[in-house]
Amino acid sequence: MKDMQRRHFLGLGAAGLLATPFLARPALAAADKIQIAGIHDASGGIDIYGRPMINCLNLAVDKLNAAGGVLGREIELVNYDPQSNMQLYAQYATEAATRQRAAVVFGGILSASREAMRPVLDRYRTLYFYSLLYEGGVCDRNTFCMGSTPGQTLEKFTPYVMQKFGGKKVYVLAADYNYGQITTRWIEKFVRENGGDVVRADFFPLDVNDFGSTIRQIQAQAPDIVMSVLVGGAHNAFYRQWLASGMKDKIPMASTTFGIGNEQVLTTSEEHDGIIVSYAYFDGIKSPENEAFKTEYYAKFGDKADAITEGGAMTYHAVNLWAKAVEMAGTIERDPVIEALETGLSFSGPAGVTTINAQTHHNTLDSYIAEVRANNYVVLESFSQQPPSDTLAVCDLGANPNDATQYVVEVPEIAG
Amino acid sequence: MDYVAIILLQTTISIANLVLISAGLAVIFGMMRVINFAHGEFLMLGGYTAVIAAQHGVPLLLSCFVLAPILVGLVGLVVEYLVIRHLYGRLLDTMLATWGVSLILIGLVTVSFGNSVSGISTPFGSVAIGRFTIGLYELFLVAVTIALVVAGYLVMRFSRIGLIARATMQDREMAEALGINQRAVYRATFVTGAALSGFAGALIAPIAGVVPTIGASYLAKCFITVISGGPAIIAGTLSASGLLGGVNVIMTFLSTPVLAEVALLATAVILLRVLPQGITSKFFRRSQ
Repeated sequence: MKDMQRRHFLGLGAAGLLATPFLARPALAAADKIQIAGIHDASGGIDIYGRPMINCLNLAVDKLNAAGGVLGREIELVNYDPQSNMQLYAQYATEAATRQRAAVVFGGILSASREAMRPVLDRYRTLYFYSLLYEGGVCDRNTFCMGSTPGQTLEKFTPYVMQKFGGKKVYVLAADYNYGQITTRWIEKFVRENGGDVVRADFFPLDVNDFGSTIRQIQAQAPDIVMSVLVGGAHNAFYRQWLASGMKDKIPMASTTFGIGNEQVLTTSEEHDGIIVSYAYFDGIKSPENEAFKTEYYAKFGDKADAITEGGAMTYHAVNLWAKAVEMAGTIERDPVIEALETGLSFSGPAGVTTINAQTHHNTLDSYIAEVRANNYVVLESFSQQPPSDTLAVCDLGANPNDATQYVVEVPEIAG
Repeated sequence: MDYVAIILLQTTISIANLVLISAGLAVIFGMMRVINFAHGEFLMLGGYTAVIAAQHGVPLLLSCFVLAPILVGLVGLVVEYLVIRHLYGRLLDTMLATWGVSLILIGLVTVSFGNSVSGISTPFGSVAIGRFTIGLYELFLVAVTIALVVAGYLVMRFSRIGLIARATMQDREMAEALGINQRAVYRATFVTGAALSGFAGALIAPIAGVVPTIGASYLAKCFITVISGGPAIIAGTLSASGLLGGVNVIMTFLSTPVLAEVALLATAVILLRVLPQGITSKFFRRSQ
């Protein structure tokens, strides 16, 4: 029914556009509905990250609408599928901002996709929420980053892993784009601060699925710990080849990405048992909010739905924080909504309490360290209310509201 | 000492891998001069056959050696009947048509099985060589590849089928004048190529995993290997795989995986500048 109405409306819109060449927008029919956009990969190699995020976005919007919408108006969500193609991200961001006139855009998965959309949405002054964990450092008044950053996870995670495995030599395997490159620098920084050394870092394009030579190289270097910053469906092959080479029980592994695309379901327990990860959300969190959220999620999408990831949970938080800000501002206009968000709005949901940090437009959130075991997570440690310390060190939007850069941590290059 | 051994072993594995994934393409391109852009998808279909069959309890080797070649061979037969046979001798048209076939196959598989399927674990365990360990399954793949190449050589050299194939490759019109049905030869060739690709795809599935778009990761490498190899199917694929696989592994050890890929492409470019018709246009010419 909703689709029908939308199609009908689009038809009207097109007719209106044809009839009036003066850019008199056919916005009349839509005036009572608030337009918002979701831009996540629902197909292609990155869809494993996108699907739980899209589910959570739909769920959040449906719940808000069931409760009467925002400011008494219904929310109309349009989901765009960029098909794991970075060019389509910029294109759909433009479309959402101009043709759809979305009040806010939720989306972006890879850091590359975020950096494709961010300038576009800045230019059209369309509010933007990015909900996946990432390498930190984005300092942009128009953008709110909901996911965890290295200062909230890696800073605790790195010493934890080094101590747990009694190791100082770390070998990093990372995806070859901004997320992998910058996260590797953070790992170097934290490893060194804890008296260790990154012996080698290898970077792989996203379509590489043969890691044979690399595994021999790891064996030659004999590190104490392997840190995986691998991303996407093709890179999943690494965990299988690692096990097949008999290395699984010889060198322990930690990862900043394993599980964000529900890899724990796509690999077998022999392949992933014992990998240590750190995120701001696990579906096993025992809180009434999370239990209720999971019940609603699986009631809506079925038992076989993708397990809820940090990206999914933070998308849910993002939509609710935005709705709160709109209610507070009394309008969907960008500037008053940003000002409302900057009052330090909090939302208590599946991932616990998350609070907007006004200085950086990031989240203060709880983070966890967990071990992957038998297609699930065993939480080992939790850290309450972590501020985005990495971005806080470089970004002050209160002092420089016109900043729109992504800062990169300064770590001197290491050899090899 | 074990370091040298492991580099040699890894090089052998990479070369064998290249030979294995390129074999189907080499047969089709070498015999028919048809540029099969759906080659990667034939590999992908083989992989899916192995994974889906394994989920239903079929042993891996049964799906590799029987199910995948038959199934993908049948797909090849259908594609040949519907598309390829109308386009013999039209090189550019076959490229476009097979590219369409590849998109259709990716779409069909995505619709049927979704975008992500859990893979199958690599069988056989591993073996230690000094301070290194290496998967036995990878060594098994080398053995299978060697057997495949030897079998290919014996068929081409000593069987009647091989004789017809060589005659067709050397002079199509002459072979036809001597009473060989070219249509039948082409159909058989395309189906054989598809079956070989299915076989290879199923064999590498336990290592590489499967996604509908996995073909794209292989296609470029396969084409570079086959084109650099030149007119002789077996000697060409072997020599090109040896050169390119060797460069890739050694560069991975000396520098980074990304530079190794660059080195592989650079080698192919230089090679084709010097020998535009491929390695076997100048060397091993008698192996045709």
